[in-house]
Amino acid sequence: MLTLTCPYCGIAAEETELQPGGEAHLKRFGPGSTDEEFEAYLFARKNPKGVHFERWRHAYGCGKWFMAARDTATLQVFGTYSAQTPHPTPEIVAAIRAHRPDWQPDWTEATADTSAESLNA
Amino acid sequence: MTETGPFRLPRGGRLIDRAYQLPFRFDGRQMRGLLGDTLASALLANGQLMMGRSFKYHRPRGPIASGAEEPNALLGLGQGGRFEPNQRATTTPLVGGMVTTPQNCWPSLNADIGAVNNWLYRFFPAGFYYKTFMHPRPFWKHVFEPIIRRSAGLGKAPTEADPDRYEQAYAHVDVVVVGGGIAGLTAARDAARDGKSVWLVEQTPHFGGRTPTDHADGQARVDALLAELRGMANVTLRRSTQATGLYDHGYLLVRESLADHDPNAGIPRQRLWRIRAGHVVVASGALERPLSFAGNDVPGVILASAVRDYIDNYGVAPGRRIVIVTNNDDAYRTALVALDAGLEVPVVIDARSAAGGALPAAVRARGVRVLTGSAIAGIKGGQAVEAVKICAHSGSGQVTETVDADCVAMSGGWSPVVHLWSHCGGKLNWSDAQAMFAPDPNRPPTGADGKAMASCVGAAAGDLLVPALTGAQAESATMPVWVMPAHATRKMKFKMWLDFQNDVKVSDVELAAQEGYHSVEHTKRYTTLGMATDQGKVSNINGLAVLSNALNQPIPATGTTTFRPPYTPLTLGTIAGEARGEIFQPLRKTPMHGWHESHGAFFEPVGHWRRPYCYPKAGESHADAVAREIRAVRASVGTLDASTLGKIIVKGPDAGRFLDMMYTGMMSTLPVGKCRYGLICNENGFLSDDGVAARLSEDTWLVHTTTGGAERMHGHMEDWLQCEWWDWKVWTANVTEQWAQVAVVGPKARVLLERLGGQIDLSPEALPFMGWAEGEIAGIPARVYRISFSGELSFEVAVPANRGLELWEKLHEAGRDLNVTPYGTEAMHVMRAEKGFIMIGDETDGTVIPQDLGLNWAISKKKTDYIGKRAQERSHMTDPRRWKLVGLESVDGRVLPDGVYAVADGVNPNGQRNTQGRVTSTYMSPTLSKPIAMGLVLNGPERMGEVLEFPVAGQESYKARICDPVFYDKEGSRANG
Repeated sequence: MLTLTCPYCGIAAEETELQPGGEAHLKRFGPGSTDEEFEAYLFARKNPKGVHFERWRHAYGCGKWFMAARDTATLQVFGTYSAQTPHPTPEIVAAIRAHRPDWQPDWTEATADTSAESLNA
Repeated sequence: MTETGPFRLPRGGRLIDRAYQLPFRFDGRQMRGLLGDTLASALLANGQLMMGRSFKYHRPRGPIASGAEEPNALLGLGQGGRFEPNQRATTTPLVGGMVTTPQNCWPSLNADIGAVNNWLYRFFPAGFYYKTFMHPRPFWKHVFEPIIRRSAGLGKAPTEADPDRYEQAYAHVDVVVVGGGIAGLTAARDAARDGKSVWLVEQTPHFGGRTPTDHADGQARVDALLAELRGMANVTLRRSTQATGLYDHGYLLVRESLADHDPNAGIPRQRLWRIRAGHVVVASGALERPLSFAGNDVPGVILASAVRDYIDNYGVAPGRRIVIVTNNDDAYRTALVALDAGLEVPVVIDARSAAGGALPAAVRARGVRVLTGSAIAGIKGGQAVEAVKICAHSGSGQVTETVDADCVAMSGGWSPVVHLWSHCGGKLNWSDAQAMFAPDPNRPPTGADGKAMASCVGAAAGDLLVPALTGAQAESATMPVWVMPAHATRKMKFKMWLDFQNDVKVSDVELAAQEGYHSVEHTKRYTTLGMATDQGKVSNINGLAVLSNALNQPIPATGTTTFRPPYTPLTLGTIAGEARGEIFQPLRKTPMHGWHESHGAFFEPVGHWRRPYCYPKAGESHADAVAREIRAVRASVGTLDASTLGKIIVKGPDAGRFLDMMYTGMMSTLPVGKCRYGLICNENGFLSDDGVAARLSEDTWLVHTTTGGAERMHGHMEDWLQCEWWDWKVWTANVTEQWAQVAVVGPKARVLLERLGGQIDLSPEALPFMGWAEGEIAGIPARVYRISFSGELSFEVAVPANRGLELWEKLHEAGRDLNVTPYGTEAMHVMRAEKGFIMIGDETDGTVIPQDLGLNWAISKKKTDYIGKRAQERSHMTDPRRWKLVGLESVDGRVLPDGVYAVADGVNPNGQRNTQGRVTSTYMSPTLSKPIAMGLVLNGPERMGEVLEFPVAGQESYKARICDPVFYDKEGSRANG
């Protein structure tokens, strides 16, 4: 049973306090999208053995959704962070690289630049 | 002395108190033991060597161990609701007045009919059931399985509820040390000296482990450590406390026995600790392995360490003439302990070609014959050992000598207890030198920080003697012996037990290997090796060594089976803790709950709520009560407690825009003061919830959800707000419990409400259908929504929760002459079905879209987007062959069963009739005096008047005619009052 620290209220929460929300950072496709795009958005999920980004809600706590970066095989938690970012933050990337030097992000810096900061404000 | 049994020694027994005798019953006989005894030691003292029978062959079974690994000495404990099967006699402390019964035998332990299996052992090989009962196929279900089931199963489940109390507790600890032996005590002290908070848990009632018995000055070493630990404020010592499993991120489950088998203690029987440990030190020691020689299962053949435990700890002689058989030096300790207790040791049989260590020398010095390079060829005796046949270990079992004995102390070497280490991913290495799997410190189980969350010390780490702590001298190497003698015949292997409880022998594992079972996990399941209640603690290593030999591969290539928690069985009561009976889960009650109770309401669960289903009067059936309530509402006026309806405030500059995304319909255009019915879908397009939204002000909506959907819908909104449109300025609050809500329904609803007085104008002009108003009713601040779920004139009145009962009582007082009638959820359901209104959970099941239900009018054509819109454009969603909502009129006057399918012509590939629809709601309508139903039917709306057939097993098929789903007041005039 995992413990994840809620980045909003700072509590190291038991898994039983949390609601899982699946893969993080999905891009929503709505009306006007192709069948392929929409199918991928609805159903195609990453299932890596290793670094993965997930959504969790501190359901029996502050109620906030947050993101967690963890290793699906070892259950190591690299960090938790705000849900209000389209990609993992540079701090999270650095924390992952500290333990998994060979790991490569699968998003491009250019898109990552549509920045969390302005949206976060 | 003799009162506690003929095998109680005159001296010794460091754990017993000879001043306190305890009476107990075994198999109907009265016996006596001593305070400090386990059940096993007390029974042995009384000469009761045989304590049960094995699972498959019903062979006589005595204890082979003295601890948690015991596979044989399993008893039924207690009576009535406190009866527990399969309790290990070796770990159960004796309590005065205990009642115990042997298992798996009938009519008695000594004369067991099932033992006939024993003579048929050649016909019950590995995989017997799989091979024998295959054909003819129907025989399995109707003949073989019932017979096997009757004779299978170990012990009997109790038939009454457990009257004991259990509790659970949480702890956060820096370091938890599991095992109170010398290595654990030392590790705890070291961690405590570093200033860490430390728990030390020990499964037995005593600290010290094997050290006091096995090592000179052992007790003094243990006492010194305990004295230091007891003086440290940051240390918690818990005895009779079993760590059962280590899970992710240092989550350790620990069961503490508080008042086991002592119903008068007045405290919880057990406590389950749920510990988050910063680090777990596994100091769980090692377990001795049996040797596989012919007849190794005869009662009286006992592990060497257990023999000396019974003598040294309990002052009990497992036998008076004890033969030792070993492949290591450690077993010689048993010879010395036995000799010190005045027992005979006629011979030590050592498989090794030489026994030159200090311990063998000490034994020889006492005049005991040591036969090296020797083995046991067989045991004479059935229910107890009578003599031991000796042979050369290198041969095939030529008997060279027979020695009389009543006990055999065997030792096949030791295996570290690596269960906790392995539960969460710690890896093992095979050590050829020590013939054991030991933890690999370089591959530990890791925690949230990626670092080791457990480490092993002492014997659990493979350091069997812990010389640094015990002062033990080095011993000669153990020689791996997996079959004794080395070239034993096939016939002998039929008598070599690996799993004593499940009757798995060397011959079975070899047969499995021969039949192609190369994976240890497959072999385990095929032969049932290690599947007994001890979960292979004594059998696994021997079994996989035999398998490896049969496959001609090294042991690490075979590997171990998976170690799974719990280490020892957990009582279900402990897992449930306090969550049983009335407090199994929290109940939600409305402010009017007490009134409903005192007016005879029959409640039904809706989520965690309890809602009145109906209010039966004396002598009235539920169906009659529901019919009466409906007629009263339709004729005059009724009240429904609608407080459980979900109520969510959605507020902010972007609230309208947000609700347009949440709902299929347009909510942003709703004028202040008006209500609108809306549908919420998930992103898959499927209908998820429905309800009425009211616009409270320019930037505020109050959204109603279903009773069961409030938390789910609030979470759904928060999900989209926090994770997708986090820059939208919207706030939500779930205010469900802040308001009590009463639906006042029926043609006299307005009359009744107006009698209560207040400033709200309830006239149709001031408050039209789908309008709402705010003010005071009967002096209570209120909001009144003119919405209807029954088709009648209806006002839903919301007041602050603490005024709900007051409003409800005033309505009933003021409406007595109007026959104001409280009605329950079933009347509500029937009335909505009479009107053809859908119900989330009846008409929807997670695969239904609004378009299936004829709800296109509630889907905005203007909006470019809403949650579910894109999904509803997918080809399968727009398929004209999707089943659509229709009404169903019973042709023969019978009420259609719920959920039944309408059949179509032809059959599917499985030979079942094709289907073309199903019933989603079905009731007897008191209003129309006929059955009504709704269902989803292929091309339904275009097939009005067609009759469908609904077959039901064992009955004549039901027939129903497709009709409009609105059965009552099609024009909808009644809602206008």
